[in-house]
Amino acid sequence: MTAVPADAGAILAAHPVDAVVIGGSAGAIEALLQLLPHVPADLHVPLLAVLHVPRGRPSPLAAMFGGRCAVPVREAIDKQTIEPGVLLLAPPDCHLMVERDFSVSLSVDAPVHHSRPSIDVLFESAAWAWSGRLLGVLLSGASADGADGLAAIAERGGLAWVQDPDSASSAFMPRAGLKATAAARPFSIASMSSAMAVLSTTARRDA
Amino acid sequence: MTRSISSKVDVDLEIDLLLEAIFRRYQHDFRHYARSSIRRRMQRALGHFQIATIAGLTDRILHDEHAFGELMGFLTIGVTELFREPESFVALRRTVVPVLATYPSLKVWVAGCATGEEVYSLVIMFAEMGLLDRSLFYATDIDPASLHTAERGIYELSRAADFSRAYQAAGGSRSLSDYYTAGYGAITFHHELRKKIVFSDHSLATDHVFCEVHLVTCRNVLMYFDRRLQDRAVGLFLEALVRKGFLGLGSRETLLFCSHRDGFDELDRRQRIYQKRSEVAA
Repeated sequence: MTAVPADAGAILAAHPVDAVVIGGSAGAIEALLQLLPHVPADLHVPLLAVLHVPRGRPSPLAAMFGGRCAVPVREAIDKQTIEPGVLLLAPPDCHLMVERDFSVSLSVDAPVHHSRPSIDVLFESAAWAWSGRLLGVLLSGASADGADGLAAIAERGGLAWVQDPDSASSAFMPRAGLKATAAARPFSIASMSSAMAVLSTTARRDA
Repeated sequence: MTRSISSKVDVDLEIDLLLEAIFRRYQHDFRHYARSSIRRRMQRALGHFQIATIAGLTDRILHDEHAFGELMGFLTIGVTELFREPESFVALRRTVVPVLATYPSLKVWVAGCATGEEVYSLVIMFAEMGLLDRSLFYATDIDPASLHTAERGIYELSRAADFSRAYQAAGGSRSLSDYYTAGYGAITFHHELRKKIVFSDHSLATDHVFCEVHLVTCRNVLMYFDRRLQDRAVGLFLEALVRKGFLGLGSRETLLFCSHRDGFDELDRRQRIYQKRSEVAA
């Protein structure tokens, strides 16, 4: 039985990050729809997300999230520079990766854990690019994808959070994350939502 | 065997050294491929070779040509399909082929042809549009094993059903089986199609333009390059294309961040079809 720490925001304030990467599957869209309204308009980092959605273009996610989020939500484009204050989504049926010069690379290599885009692929490349200055968030899902990636983030000194399994609609993915790395911490969506305030430019300046 | 590459050593340094070794020993230049993909592929290669480190892999391929041949399979672009992304062939038929039909003779360059499915798709499409007789296709790649497969035009019979479905989705007006003979668990594309294709070794990283063409397709290849190599490749395409010639990219690729983007008009944003502008000097 994991005790849920009280303050995600305090942890994030004490451990500055330059990016946040998010992954999820079944139930993750609902979780993000609750989380995204709390992303500050003056977000000082980029957000990147991989969600397992059924294949078939175009994806409705950018439009769906865009209405709930104070920052622009876009599908990532190959070779674009990743900039703060934006949420980039993996395009359908494409792996999303980050290069060390903080540009996007896409790939149509084989699925990982039956998934393309794969959360592991994003998280592992992000860990190479941002090292310890990274927050990885693994949300609700019924897949093993993402656990290894979360461990890679933790191994390089980044923060590894999972959605509290007891409140996730699919606990499998968060539990796999907790098993994959001892550094992973579970938080409720409410807790992670209030932590988002730490990522505002104002908060950073005043810190 | 480690599941993920250890972070204790600077793995990117090891990869730099591996790619430099490959370049100097075998003249294949992967130094400007997108590093994230290379890293992932090398991780898989370590598992295949049962070697613990990338430095160990460098040692092996420097002294074992056969091992390098195997590593090429990990480094080069993988899976391809007949009429892959069928909507793009529909778009080519609609947008590009009517213009190509106005030329008395045509040359097409399929860059990064891998095992050949892409070029056979185009050849079949051209045949159905009555353009095959006047056309010549160049299919190039860096991997000799893939080129050999492509040249033979032989594919597993088990793939025929998928091929057929894609052919239909791409607007095929006949039956795909009209274009091949089946036997011994394989399908072989007819000689009439194969004789229109010249298969050749060519590197977008190190080689130059070899002839003038009316259409270049290079799909799901550029995404594996870094910006600098993408620019070089597109520069070759721009130089090779006749005025108003066409370039087709993969559905997740774009010229948006390419230094040569102003050399092209975007004809079909969704299907990534571009046309070389007439006022640009090659």
